[in-house]
Amino acid sequence: MTETIDLKALWQESGVQAVLDSLDVELIGLKPVKRRIREIASLLVIDKVRRELQLEAGPPSLHMSFTGNPGTGKTTVALRMAELLHKLGYSRKGHLVAVTRDDLVGQYIGHTAPKTKEVLKKAMGGVLFIDEAYYLYKPENERDYGQESIEILLQVMENQRDDLVVILAGYKDRMDTFFKSNPGMSSRIAHHIDFPDYRDDELLSIGELILKGWNYRLSPSARNAFADYLQRRREQPHFANARSVRNALDRARLRQAHRLLEAGGNVDKAALETIEAEDILQSRVMAAAPEAAR
Amino acid sequence: MITTSNQRLTQGQFSFLPDLTDAQITQQIEYALKNNWAVGIEYTDDPHPRNTYWEMYGNPMFDLKDPAGILLEINNCRKTFPNHYIRVTAFDATRGVESPTMSYIVNRPTSEPGFALVRQEVEGRSIRYTIHSYATDKPEGERY
Repeated sequence: MTETIDLKALWQESGVQAVLDSLDVELIGLKPVKRRIREIASLLVIDKVRRELQLEAGPPSLHMSFTGNPGTGKTTVALRMAELLHKLGYSRKGHLVAVTRDDLVGQYIGHTAPKTKEVLKKAMGGVLFIDEAYYLYKPENERDYGQESIEILLQVMENQRDDLVVILAGYKDRMDTFFKSNPGMSSRIAHHIDFPDYRDDELLSIGELILKGWNYRLSPSARNAFADYLQRRREQPHFANARSVRNALDRARLRQAHRLLEAGGNVDKAALETIEAEDILQSRVMAAAPEAAR
Repeated sequence: MITTSNQRLTQGQFSFLPDLTDAQITQQIEYALKNNWAVGIEYTDDPHPRNTYWEMYGNPMFDLKDPAGILLEINNCRKTFPNHYIRVTAFDATRGVESPTMSYIVNRPTSEPGFALVRQEVEGRSIRYTIHSYATDKPEGERY
């Protein structure tokens, strides 16, 4: 007699759907990223079923690399990933240890190995997130200790696959050169996920989501002004997607507060929570626009 | 104080039990981490019961979430000192407490010669007793 397993019930039981749903609500866009996360979640659920039927396949390698422009949500997704892996029982503790080169590489001979190992030990049972991982490898300086750190990382990534998941993150082009010069690293990472830039309408929704979190909202005219602002901001240097949106809104908040105080008199709740078009139109970006058009 | 029973050093927790397996050690570490204690690894080849200061293998480990990291260090220490005593200690760093909370042996030499009873005659024919580890007749590093 062959037994059948209700996959749907199992999926419900795992609590993954809740994480994926919150991912859908709280992260705008990022279609390819969400698809890959869903695939990984499916694999882990199916793996669990297979294990119960003695179909052992060894733990899957879940080391990942997140590439994308600044402000595309790499860190946020990494946090979610830790939570997701914990729910699926793949990582035991589900905490995220975020580090950069400074936390891994030492300053003198013999300093790097203990430093890297300490970070690895802290990350065991969870996710190690290495931001701007390409800084680990500096080919222009042959005495750089980054290479030593990479070697220790590789060893642990290979031998303790079920103890921790390593996520490398960085800008696309620089990560590509990093992987080219460290083929060992590239081949040990199963999932290379590319984070696309946001479209203008996505940025606008992100902005509204951020404001909602702060208990603010855009007036209809401010919404139009903000859409216009985003279009112009993209043309300017140092555009950092969602981070730029956040910064712009931070400044709009300042201007709103200033405007309210200047106006004096009494305010109601609606005035306190509404960002008007003028709060956005006063931006340096908007002022520079006519000149750019010329 | 019984320092050797069946030629086995009995110091710290669990020392009258068979050696802990790695799975059992993991559970003990889990308990220490749950209480926010810092876990350290120490080794020695001088098992005298009054030798409380063993050598530290690396720094005590703070801020760890999972026992896997500590087990990794224990195994590294076993590789480096296969014939030494190795113990795992937990330390409660809470202000006002600041004291060791756990200590148990996780590695011991293959043969443990034990201790001799030493008698010293002093004034008035009285005798002072002490114990002496056979292993410490040899120089450090060559004892087991």
